Amino acid sequence: MEFLQPSTWSEALQMKSAHPEAMPIAGGTDVMVGINLDRQRPEAIIDLTRIHELTEWGMEAGSLRIGAGVTYSRIIGELGVRLPGLAMASRTVGSPQIRNRGTVGGNLGSASPAGDAHPPLLAADAVVELASTAGTRRLAAREFFTGPKRNAMKKDELIAAFLVAPANGPQQFSKVGTRNAMVIAVCSFALSLDPARRHIGTGIGSAAPTPVIAEEAERFLEGVLDEGGLWEKPAPVEASALARFGELVSAAAKPIDDVRGTAAYRRHALAVMARRSFGWAWDEYRAKASA
Amino acid sequence: MKIDCTVNGRSRTVDGLWEGESLLSVLRDRMQLPGSKNACEQGECGSCSVYLDGALVCACLVLGGQANGRTIVTIEGLMSGDALHAVQQAFVEAGAVQCGFCTPGLVVATHDLLNRVPEPSVMQIREALAGNICRCTGYAKIIEAVQLAALRMAVHERTAR
Repeated sequence: MEFLQPSTWSEALQMKSAHPEAMPIAGGTDVMVGINLDRQRPEAIIDLTRIHELTEWGMEAGSLRIGAGVTYSRIIGELGVRLPGLAMASRTVGSPQIRNRGTVGGNLGSASPAGDAHPPLLAADAVVELASTAGTRRLAAREFFTGPKRNAMKKDELIAAFLVAPANGPQQFSKVGTRNAMVIAVCSFALSLDPARRHIGTGIGSAAPTPVIAEEAERFLEGVLDEGGLWEKPAPVEASALARFGELVSAAAKPIDDVRGTAAYRRHALAVMARRSFGWAWDEYRAKASA
Repeated sequence: MKIDCTVNGRSRTVDGLWEGESLLSVLRDRMQLPGSKNACEQGECGSCSVYLDGALVCACLVLGGQANGRTIVTIEGLMSGDALHAVQQAFVEAGAVQCGFCTPGLVVATHDLLNRVPEPSVMQIREALAGNICRCTGYAKIIEAVQLAALRMAVHERTAR
């Protein structure tokens, strides 16, 4: 095994180009499990923890650009107000020890269908920034996931950052698991209300081969809110509309039976989580509107 | 592979490392610091909790090479001379130890909690220790120990002022 430790981003990209098989490591919360348990023996490892740029975040043209190496602990502590949905999801990641090391960049790289950061990134229309010695490209999170633990990255690319607009409305995240900590999601759901664009964003985790959105459910709920003039005069949403929203979210999933739960349970739980998440988010929106 | 780091205030150099070796293995097998325990090797149990540049981490999930140039504090580094740290003393007195395997990780995680939150609620204690598993399931005594340590450290803090 070869250990590569670039100290700058350009050096990292050159190393990845010269060793396309090299496994990137940041917090190690996925990579080290594979090595410790002898499930994987990468020919080379490229350590990204020395690259200062990856640990920075800032504003860029109205969006937050967050380095791939920013840990969950820092997202909770430094970005919780601007990205409430992602912060809620981050709080459900592992334990304090894991959140101090694990990064959203690593979550994207592993591209597990159960990755906790993915649903809120999908719901908030986040963009992933990939780089290689050939240049930089940006890809919508909605196009990034291509299969179970597969993503749209080329062999010579590394994840530089992700971009996401600060929330201008309520966001929610729900996750089903057997404990309140240290669990891989049985299924999860993220919701983002964007009053400025009159847009509803969704993200479903651990209930399809990749994290997915529920597009039909988004359009349906936008229709309900527009039709009733509810963005301007926020009144309670009809129970029948909420039930339909839940059904459409559930229908967007393609769950399977596995060790963590059955497909039928996941479908049921998604409908409940979608309905409740919207209820919480809408209560918050109404409370702000009447304040 | 060779790494240099500061462990419990001392400069340490280890040579002949396998590139895939974890910090936990470096501490236990190459630096003769067996206090950090090796149980799950996948970040689930917290038995190997240490500080890496001041952050609470699982040593099993840190690659040896990633620790090069960094500062590490282990359970062995919490004592001053022969005197137990207030957290260690509280675990002894509260009887928060059954088989003892999870204890070093819990002590380090408690130390980190009380640094950040000097007077934690029971919910905050449970949340902070959620990544440390005691398979004897002696959690009630562990929570009492954390509360006792918090009390002692607060009194100590007030006396010192």
